[in-house]
Amino acid sequence: MSVTQLENTIPESHPQKTYLNDGNTIGSWLLTKDHKRIAIMFLISISLMFIVGGWAATMIRAELVEPQGHLMSHETYNKMFSMHGIVMIFFFLIPSIPAVLGNFMVPIMIGARDLAFPRLNLLSWYLYIIGAGISLAAMLSGGVDTGWTFYTPYSSVYSNTHVTMTIVGIFIAGFSSIFTGINFIVTIHKMRAPGLTWFRLPLFVWAIYATSIIFLLGTPVIAITLALVVLERTLHLGIFNPAYGGDPILFQNLFWFYSHPAVYIMILPSMGVVSEIIPCFARKKIFGYNFIAFSSLAIALFGFLVWGHHMFVSGQSVYSGMIFSLLSFLIAVPSAVKVFNWTATMYKGRISFDAPMLYALGFIGLFTMGGLTGLYLASLTADVDLHDTYFVVAHFHYIMVGGAIMGFMGGMHFWWPKITGRMYPEKWAKIAAVITFLGFNFTFFPQFILGYMGMPRRYHWYPPEFQTLNILSSIGAAVLAFGYIIPAVYFIWSLKKGPKAPQNPWRATGLEWEEVPSPPPTHNFARLPIVEREAYDYEWMDGRDDSLSAASVAGGKGDG
Amino acid sequence: MLKNHLFANAASSFAPKFDEIFFVLTALSVFFTVLVLSLIVIFAIRYRAASTIDRGKPITHNTKLEFTIIGFLSVVGLGVFFWSAKPYATIYGAPPANAQKIYVIGKQWMWEIQHPDGIRENDALHLPLGRPVQLILISQDVVHSFFVPAFKVKRDVVPGMYTSVWFVPTKIGKFRLFCAQYCGAFHSQMTGWVTVMKPKDFAAWEAAGGSFSEGGHETSMVQAGKALFNKYGCVSCHGVSTGMAPSLSNLYMSKVHLTNGSTAIADDAYIREAILNPTVHVPVGYQPIMPVFKDQLNEGQVLDLIAYIKSLSSTSLPQSPANSASNRSGTDEKVKGKTR
Repeated sequence: MSVTQLENTIPESHPQKTYLNDGNTIGSWLLTKDHKRIAIMFLISISLMFIVGGWAATMIRAELVEPQGHLMSHETYNKMFSMHGIVMIFFFLIPSIPAVLGNFMVPIMIGARDLAFPRLNLLSWYLYIIGAGISLAAMLSGGVDTGWTFYTPYSSVYSNTHVTMTIVGIFIAGFSSIFTGINFIVTIHKMRAPGLTWFRLPLFVWAIYATSIIFLLGTPVIAITLALVVLERTLHLGIFNPAYGGDPILFQNLFWFYSHPAVYIMILPSMGVVSEIIPCFARKKIFGYNFIAFSSLAIALFGFLVWGHHMFVSGQSVYSGMIFSLLSFLIAVPSAVKVFNWTATMYKGRISFDAPMLYALGFIGLFTMGGLTGLYLASLTADVDLHDTYFVVAHFHYIMVGGAIMGFMGGMHFWWPKITGRMYPEKWAKIAAVITFLGFNFTFFPQFILGYMGMPRRYHWYPPEFQTLNILSSIGAAVLAFGYIIPAVYFIWSLKKGPKAPQNPWRATGLEWEEVPSPPPTHNFARLPIVEREAYDYEWMDGRDDSLSAASVAGGKGDG
Repeated sequence: MLKNHLFANAASSFAPKFDEIFFVLTALSVFFTVLVLSLIVIFAIRYRAASTIDRGKPITHNTKLEFTIIGFLSVVGLGVFFWSAKPYATIYGAPPANAQKIYVIGKQWMWEIQHPDGIRENDALHLPLGRPVQLILISQDVVHSFFVPAFKVKRDVVPGMYTSVWFVPTKIGKFRLFCAQYCGAFHSQMTGWVTVMKPKDFAAWEAAGGSFSEGGHETSMVQAGKALFNKYGCVSCHGVSTGMAPSLSNLYMSKVHLTNGSTAIADDAYIREAILNPTVHVPVGYQPIMPVFKDQLNEGQVLDLIAYIKSLSSTSLPQSPANSASNRSGTDEKVKGKTR
């Protein structure tokens, strides 16, 4: 289908009132209460943070090409990986899908005109900006060298870097997460359209709901824990440092009580995105809806019971180790159930391979590998060797980059037409998806081998026998960088030059596609919808024969 | 045959156990990855949009199959869990009675090793082939981690707390020692070498006072502890029947009643705490008058003192920290959990 036809579906002579042109002043953005505009502001902010974190990653990979890299000092290298971790986790991955795609889509998906607390939503963004600003200022004014894990007593006593300032930034940004979580939970409970029962909700909403539970239950713990680090640093209260009468292992317990569930904050929303994309591009109702929905909740709850698997070699009792290992093996099951259901959805489908689908399929592959390598680390005996090596680094990048960011990119492509009203260039998007997948594996697969060979993580200098694999990994990182730069370019290009998007380019189900134009008007719905069908009713969608879906076929479907 | 070939590099008693579990996990991972990826590829080709294949009636759920998969994966997971739990519990638990204890002190950014006979090494550890060795580890400052990839053995080195790990070196050679827990600027240089020697060579090395390494031969840990005991005037109160402080003979591993009403077992962790922070737990019948030594003794000296106090016991119990950890119920929180 050609571009001209696309444009014909929405005549230029009919200027729409959308959330994007409803006020053009800076004030109309900075003081907006519109969830969609706040989502855009989050998108811009987290993208800038991704550039910061990505720059740090580039420096790390460049330095590790040599066994005794000389681009930077030990201190600078340590600050570099700390910055990479802190920025990517606290200021990119955690807010990424919930605050951007969740913020934009959840109210529309459930047939609401906004989130329950629009002002709180705006406050979330300001807190994020203040927190990110403070942490960035700490990094610019000298940096922090504790790693994102802030292990005590190194962070609370020994480090001479800007630990306190960085923590203050993370502490403040934590409230952004908490407010976002409250907003989603209340909105999903109270503002669903008539007829939209819990089991008719899109699975993305279930995933965001489960994530919000973790935001609410987990974030206060990390906030308190980091506050205690600051208190020990500034007032010498004996909490974690044994020299003051504290317990360093206590910090690890508290830290991972949040930070393991935080991994699920990063991956659950991506799973939600994938659950939207696969049925759409397989033209089939999702397989095992209830199992996917409940597995999100199971992951959110079980996620709080496995933190001790980060501490198998720490000196915690072997009996604790056994319980945490057992539970860690069991939490793999709900994730595996999801993978099974996504795969089964493709069975007897009518599959096409647009960019969102490529990202979703890439997600399944990389998440499967990330999940399975997690079993090595859940296994007590294997973890004794692999703990704190590059095996762990590779494993969590498969989950957080291969999983979470592939999901984020899939979602960005899937909903880009809805968010901006423009189509991105499909061919380039497919190329970028493939490059990302290949570059990612190229970067991180060698790190599994490095870890198996015994290379510890966070090593600035390393023995020469590890060099070959490190060079491979660094080359892969360069390829991977293109996988992110290309979409950045064409997304920005498409804002002005992209073909106008029809209301439903993918012929997808869901209120955001069926009821709302692209881009949506400020208040989303002219009249609130009534939901009469279950989610992902693609049999109905493909069977109906009205003008809207006929026009929408122009979206470039393979069999259209 | 295959097994011997695959695991030829195992250099400790623990390494083959690791290798087996690693091998099985890899087999499982390859199996599941190939399964998922081939299903995706097969479905992607067979059910591509352009294909006119008969798709029949779409299936949207199969509860029985879901529960079968949940059950199957749970059983597989539990199986691997149980299999991998035992070697872990073994190396972090009580060592065989003939195990040689060696003390490891981590500090920014070096490893200090103390052999009981007094040989001290820096960033190097010499071990005899085939004899079980138990490492007792403690940090002088931040958390470190003692990691020898060839042994597949790792143990965090934590300030204020003894940890332990035991294994048998099973291969002669020189193996890398790393600090695996990030500990500051020179973390990546907190490395060294573990040398495993034939028992005969090791005996010669020991006799020469460890001259193969940078360390030197000093007096044994017990003697060094006795010298400290005298230097700091411990004997003036802890000497026989002074009445001011409990006698230390036969103290080790005995039950101590404390003024706060609890009882404690006088293991390594207890004695360490009693030297460094004596006011934390005072035995019944005594006043909290002992000076605090936490700023005067380093962890190596504390280990010497503990070795000396142990030597004052007529019965030398083969008791490891990990072993004593399991029977420390009823002790107060400070004592509890120090040795894990």
